[in-house]
Amino acid sequence: MKKQTIDTRPAGPKPWNDPRVRSLFFQAIAIAFVFWGGWVLVDNTLSNMESRGISTGFGFLNETAGFGIIMNLVPYDATMSYGRTFWVGLTNTLLVSAMGVVAATILGFIIGVARLSSNWLVAKMALVYIEVIRNIPLLLQIFFWYFAVLSNLPSPRQSVDVGGALFLNNRGLYLPEPLTQEGFGIVWGGILLAIAAVVGIRIWAKKRQLATGQIFPTFKVGVAILVVVPLVSYLVAGSPIEWDIPALKGFNFGGGITIIPELAALWIALSLYTASFIAEIVRSGILSVSKGQTEASKALGLPNGLTLRLVVIPQAMRVIIPPLTSQYLNLVKNSSLATAIGYPDLVAVFMGTTLNQTGQAVEVVAITMAVYLTISLLISLFMNIYNRAVAIKER
Amino acid sequence: MGNSMTDQTLTSETQTPPKDQSDKKPGIIRVEGMHKWYGDFHVLKDLNLTVDQGERIVICGPSGSGKSTFIRCINRLEEHQQGKIIVDDVELTDDVRQIDTVRREVGMVFQHFNLFPHLTVLENCCLSPIWVRKTPRKEAEASAMEYLERVKIPDQANKFPGQLSGGQQQRVAIARALCMKPKIMLFDEPTSALDPEMIKEVLDVMIELAGSGMTMMCVTHEMGFAKTVADRVIFMDGGEIVEQAPPHEFFTNPQEARTQKFLQQILAH
Ligand SMILES: Nc1ncnc2c1ncn2[C@@H]1O[C@H](COP(=O)(O)OP(=O)(O)OP(=O)(O)O)[C@@H](O)[C@H]1O
Ligand SMILES: [Mg+2]
Repeated sequence: MKKQTIDTRPAGPKPWNDPRVRSLFFQAIAIAFVFWGGWVLVDNTLSNMESRGISTGFGFLNETAGFGIIMNLVPYDATMSYGRTFWVGLTNTLLVSAMGVVAATILGFIIGVARLSSNWLVAKMALVYIEVIRNIPLLLQIFFWYFAVLSNLPSPRQSVDVGGALFLNNRGLYLPEPLTQEGFGIVWGGILLAIAAVVGIRIWAKKRQLATGQIFPTFKVGVAILVVVPLVSYLVAGSPIEWDIPALKGFNFGGGITIIPELAALWIALSLYTASFIAEIVRSGILSVSKGQTEASKALGLPNGLTLRLVVIPQAMRVIIPPLTSQYLNLVKNSSLATAIGYPDLVAVFMGTTLNQTGQAVEVVAITMAVYLTISLLISLFMNIYNRAVAIKER
Repeated sequence: MGNSMTDQTLTSETQTPPKDQSDKKPGIIRVEGMHKWYGDFHVLKDLNLTVDQGERIVICGPSGSGKSTFIRCINRLEEHQQGKIIVDDVELTDDVRQIDTVRREVGMVFQHFNLFPHLTVLENCCLSPIWVRKTPRKEAEASAMEYLERVKIPDQANKFPGQLSGGQQQRVAIARALCMKPKIMLFDEPTSALDPEMIKEVLDVMIELAGSGMTMMCVTHEMGFAKTVADRVIFMDGGEIVEQAPPHEFFTNPQEARTQKFLQQILAH
């Protein structure tokens, strides 16, 4: 038998078997495809627009819009520019999204905890809510609230009247609007004073806890101060608020603040729908904290409330936050279903009417997409910062 | 108090380690005719036991005999359905305040440590003294450091539990329980989840604790530990207390057939 010399170096793989070469190759192909696709799109669009005689550029933003919008948070009328319609649409989108995020979070946490309740009825009701709501398409739910519930409210003349100040009918919910009068500066002063006092008490309470171990009821006292001080300064200043109370004028109400049914329907549907997902996230977050943690906490004599607050929730949050972020993103994106019932959000106003009137498809779509992307990235950023703050340090 | 009388006679027979009986309270734990069911399953059957202050009890028995369930009833991590459990003169009922009172005086160490992973070792130790005992933080931290020194890991105080070995974690868990200055310590198989080389470091801490006069109830299979520190060994099987005796008697002259069989099995290894 012939003795072979053994090469101790591992034999290098053939280039097409080398994982590094392979991955480079596939990445190159992928990039080539993306560029080619992008070029085809741009080239195609430009030549189409040229053949139809559409000008490009953002000059249209300064032209007069000439159409009305049923709800505006920034001042608007039909003589204003297309640029202004963008801000109206954007603020409307932000409003319904912010309202939706707050309501969905509160409702979702309550239902998520209820789902784990030891009370059979409460737990089953939460389960039914979750299963029903999250399995019906959102668009259907928006239609339900808009057409089946809110449209069937009485007409303005037969409005539901709460104390002569609050009116509900099929045109919306009418609330009195506070108009600040001369002397309201004193009330602002009172509010600032109250906030400063609460911050001061917090610092003092923490110091005292470090020194003497006594725990001060900061929350209760803080709430009391925040209520009492502004109230007293309000009375001292001679009640410097006048209420603009809505009143029936002709066929409809005028004055006060109006919540239009489009906003209400969209907000209710978005909140209820997203809450059902958040509830499941909260439930699984709490369940992810092992039973041993609760037992150890109880064995140390911590009562149930403190166990939840100091042991369970801090650990559950780190499981809850990433999927919660994506639910917030979903809610913002889902708010574009506003178009279906005519709530004037960014998509309805800007990508709808403005785009139809100007024909500036590329610019309008690009701006709108950039806005949604920015909102989403901002939400992700804030949630990541928060998540980093509550993350568990290990090794 | 017939029960407690027999216990007194049993304990007085033990020699190791000697302890001062003068101001010790008899019957700091009293279990009377206690039953527990899981649904239809009768886990604990008519348990009677009196433990005096400073006594060290070791509970052993085959798997599933109800040892964990029993010891967890003492601080009401499990509730019993019949009979009485009285700890330091407070009866365990549905009353939440009484339960919290008992839990403040009873420390517990678990098989799987159950340290809080989001808090440092020091914060783990201070949490309950600060929030439940309302100890000033500075004081709580100083006393926590003392206990961490006693379990020989003061240098790990600012690490997180995930950064420690199993043996170190269990010693932190013991220190955490001691920080509440409990009158009674319960241990549920504190060394069963540990590698052999870490068992000794935890047992050493427990032996030291036993020497300091702490009232201890300990579920364990460490028969060496039982022989060194126990005043009484309790053998459970099928949810009943089958036999109880001082360790030398228990190991050399078991009375019941089930105890003999169990001892043969575990001592064979
Ligand atoms: N939550 C529960 N629901 C129903 N049965 C249970 C529950 N917990 C324990 N059991 C049963 O009760 C019996 C006693 O359990 P326990 O954990 O007290 O035994 P153990 O003596 O500690 O055993 P081991 O040595 O394995 O830890 C077992 O048969 C077990 O299956
Ligand atoms: Mg057990």
